[in-house]
Amino acid sequence: MADVAARPARPLPHLAEPDTAPFWRATREGRLTYQVCRRCGAVVFYPRAHCTGCGGPELEWRTSAGEGTIYTFTVIRQHGHPFFAGRVPYALALVDLDEGFRMLTEIVGADPEQVRVGQRVELAWEDAGEVRIPVFRPRAGD
Amino acid sequence: MGRERRAAIAGVHEFGPRRAETMSALQIKALSAARALEDAGLTWADVDALYDAGETGPAAGLALAEYLGVRPTVVDTTAVGGSSFELHAAHAVRAIATGKARVALLTYGSTAHSERRAIGTGPRGNRGPASNMEAPYGLTLVGNYALVARRHMHQYGTTAAQLAEIAVTTRAHAMRNPDAVRGLHDLGHREVREITVEDVLASRLIADPLHLFDCCIISDGGGAVVIVAPEVTRDLRHRPVWILGAGEAVGYLEPGADLTVSAAARSGPIAFGEAGVRPEEIDVAMIYDSFTITVLTILEDLGFCAKGEGGAYVEGGRLRFDRPGAPALNTDGGGLSSNHPGMRGIFLLIEATRQLRGTSTAQVPGARLAVAHGNGGQLATHHVAGTIVLGRD
Repeated sequence: MADVAARPARPLPHLAEPDTAPFWRATREGRLTYQVCRRCGAVVFYPRAHCTGCGGPELEWRTSAGEGTIYTFTVIRQHGHPFFAGRVPYALALVDLDEGFRMLTEIVGADPEQVRVGQRVELAWEDAGEVRIPVFRPRAGD
Repeated sequence: MGRERRAAIAGVHEFGPRRAETMSALQIKALSAARALEDAGLTWADVDALYDAGETGPAAGLALAEYLGVRPTVVDTTAVGGSSFELHAAHAVRAIATGKARVALLTYGSTAHSERRAIGTGPRGNRGPASNMEAPYGLTLVGNYALVARRHMHQYGTTAAQLAEIAVTTRAHAMRNPDAVRGLHDLGHREVREITVEDVLASRLIADPLHLFDCCIISDGGGAVVIVAPEVTRDLRHRPVWILGAGEAVGYLEPGADLTVSAAARSGPIAFGEAGVRPEEIDVAMIYDSFTITVLTILEDLGFCAKGEGGAYVEGGRLRFDRPGAPALNTDGGGLSSNHPGMRGIFLLIEATRQLRGTSTAQVPGARLAVAHGNGGQLATHHVAGTIVLGRD
């Protein structure tokens, strides 16, 4: 018990947040979701109840294939939160998913020093209790 | 052809100490307000418009008016982070131009250092859908700016040494500013001296590619600015510093957007256009320097150089106060080396005013035109730009 209590936990999303709760619930099934507007076709991310392109209310949830390209990244080397302080150095990136949305994520399965802009990455998951956290790793074979 | 005289900065005050353990932020604001009004030759009773960024708590328009004991008939609590004060100045010009106000008061106070707030690397709050998507990843504030810097390097070949030039220039300016020098000592800096590009590159990486010296310091501090109608300027103690143009713009993460372009690319042309001034005419550029990459990005976006050429533009100390041919950058020492209590926008207006009065500690001879550009929030991903063009007669 003492060991478990001493290990700081990753901050988790609030499942009561109305716009983003469906996204996080879908992670339990291993699905990375995004939205497309039925009226104007805009890709919407982060999730909302309205389209950011036209204001329309009809958004369709779709599941991403989970493949993308690193648009930019950083290696976090100093952090004030105990969970992340124990994780440094680690790479965070903005990844452009092939479906046309861009998300902040962590790059795992690679030496942070080897991460590059333009690198192809694929979805991986990290279990975190009630939800799973979408992270990305260099695509196998690349 | 612009350059219309609609409102002027009449009084300024910068709270000197960078550590104020025994004071509250409200006390810093009240003290600064009194000094700025005195600087203008005006009184408490003259204030009829109050602007506040809400850094001391909720319901700021009410709380601050009551605390100060002023009775404004224009209240504006625009709160967009560090650029709030540029937006306040923009709004004050409008209120004055429409006859709703004669004497506008802007104040700022913060005890960020004494509270040991880890602004750059501390845990972030999680409120609302945007942060609910990002909370699990632990992106620090520094990390956000590092994402922009990395992309800029990738896209244009910008180097860490070029970013370092900005920190070197602002430190050189800080070393001429007694408040900044005292502040660096008081904040516990071991070596208070000019720095080199090599010093910056040798400082530890906080979030690649940003080093410690690419990041602003965290201090206590505050200040106040008094903006008045043209008819009030006749009785001033100092020559008026006219607000010639103002621009505002908002930027955030969008699919496919170019992260190396900030909202300054939209607020800048509005402000310069209104002023009838071109960037190459500017003598002093007060650019929000939370991090070196903030300055590099905004210099490009405001049109001082082409997008992607900021690295070469800042090389060789080109933006030092004593180099003709380019604007002097952050002549008070900036957030990188003078003070950064969390929201630095008010100091941009204060130092620009000093320059146009001829009283800066790194004075540009004969300075006539200045720009103050604030960046609130986080550069590129969630931010608000405020550009103010200032000039003297």
